[in-house]
Amino acid sequence: MSETALDAAFFVRWMTAAAAVIDREAERLTELDSPIGDADHGANMQRGFVAVAKMVETEPPATPGGVLTAAGRQLISSVGGASGPLYGTLLRRAGKALGDAPQVSAQELRSALGAGVDAVGQLGGSAPGDKTMLDALVPGVAALATSFDAAAEAAEGGALATVPILARKGRASYLGERSIGHQDPGATSSALLFSALAEVAK
Amino acid sequence: MRMLINVAETVVADALRGMAAAHPELVVDAENRVIVRRDAPVAQKVALVSGGGSGHEPLHGGFVGPGMLDAACPGEVFTSPVPDQMVRAAAAVDSGNGVLFIVKNYTGDVLNFQMAAELAEDEGVQVASVLVNDDVAVIDSTFTAGRRGTGATLFVEKIAGAAAEEGMPLERVEALARQVVASSRSFGVALSACTTPAKGSPTFDLPAGELELGVGIHGEPGRERRAMMTSREIADFAVDAVLEDLDPRLPVLVLVNGMGATPLLELYGFNAEVRRVLDERGVAVARTLVGNYVTSLDMAGCSVTLCQVDGELLRLWDAPVETAGLRWGR
Repeated sequence: MSETALDAAFFVRWMTAAAAVIDREAERLTELDSPIGDADHGANMQRGFVAVAKMVETEPPATPGGVLTAAGRQLISSVGGASGPLYGTLLRRAGKALGDAPQVSAQELRSALGAGVDAVGQLGGSAPGDKTMLDALVPGVAALATSFDAAAEAAEGGALATVPILARKGRASYLGERSIGHQDPGATSSALLFSALAEVAK
Repeated sequence: MRMLINVAETVVADALRGMAAAHPELVVDAENRVIVRRDAPVAQKVALVSGGGSGHEPLHGGFVGPGMLDAACPGEVFTSPVPDQMVRAAAAVDSGNGVLFIVKNYTGDVLNFQMAAELAEDEGVQVASVLVNDDVAVIDSTFTAGRRGTGATLFVEKIAGAAAEEGMPLERVEALARQVVASSRSFGVALSACTTPAKGSPTFDLPAGELELGVGIHGEPGRERRAMMTSREIADFAVDAVLEDLDPRLPVLVLVNGMGATPLLELYGFNAEVRRVLDERGVAVARTLVGNYVTSLDMAGCSVTLCQVDGELLRLWDAPVETAGLRWGR
């Protein structure tokens, strides 16, 4: 993993790229949310990240932590559903962990995202294997130790691996056995955040 | 699918503008998505705030008014509102006697209301919350998100609303709301899937000649699919599913609720079957409400909710109410 220092501008680019990839994939997220959810994950994430992209463009925070904290707050205020508080908490907690530093290393980002992922697990009362966001976030953060590309790959793999899992949390859990055989939309959107990160790191 | 809309993005805002035009007794803030009774905050009264995704009308906005809610926060279609809405609503309706949040048990609603309660308390508003979880189609265990909140929400909002209107303190209103939740169970059936404006096609595929048993109110499929049943067979199945979890020693309130696309003619016919089963099972009926109250957009189907009531709950149920969706006098 390179020791490049990541500044606020890098995090702004990450959020902008995340908004773009979520916009591109919104329809697919909604499709995935139809058989096991309520067919709105794409629209909700799109609304939230459009707001985040607008925020970082018009009033970009000065530090990496500031970007993530403000993005998290924006998601909480604009997404709704479970995704708003969960994604909002992920980014806010990671942003807080980064503190006021003007630049951070990739390993500092990894440990900050780890704190964010822990907070998501606590808030949602879930663990890896429940067919949730965590199934992409946990392997993604772990693979950040290697590289941004490896993280994107691991998160994507984690999302794909939710297909055979029986859902234990969120709306998919209402289906019981019938949730098996479908890829989790939340894990899929989580993987998109890592693919955006790998994209801007190139 | 043909819909009476302009564009999908503005359906909620458009409906709120229409509500404002129809109901001068409400203050409808379409921008911030808060519906408040015009005379709020009502002095000496505990205030009730609820909310949830849109698409279940008249729930919750149609239940704002004297004898029921003080404010409602509509989210996007089938998406819980954001904390800012509930904080704003709480500030608008709190008379200093505290606010009760009535929350349907879905992960999103629970998380957003929880964040809102913390923020409102930071602003000096006393907040209590009650979680509605009446749907027996979902197995309640620590390994699931727990039973969903559906039809019983209407009973909670009506009965707690009457208690608040009488001037009962927050702890008492909250306790009554919890009693209603504990005494209520529901079961729902879909004869068709619903179509969200954002997606524009049915949320799940239900072949002709089949029905879904144990559906929720968000277009999510149920637990089991069967060949189409008659009204009589559905009533047997649904009422027995409810009674398996609720063993009423007292008379019950019955809600035969339409999901949005089932005509009242069919709902009343279904209610006749529900009453027959209840008679057969020896369950006394205190009051019955038939209509579209907790809907799921244009889904065809119905749900049955039973709530066993003592004298006090029945008195509060009978108390006057003046809202767009539910209205009766003394």
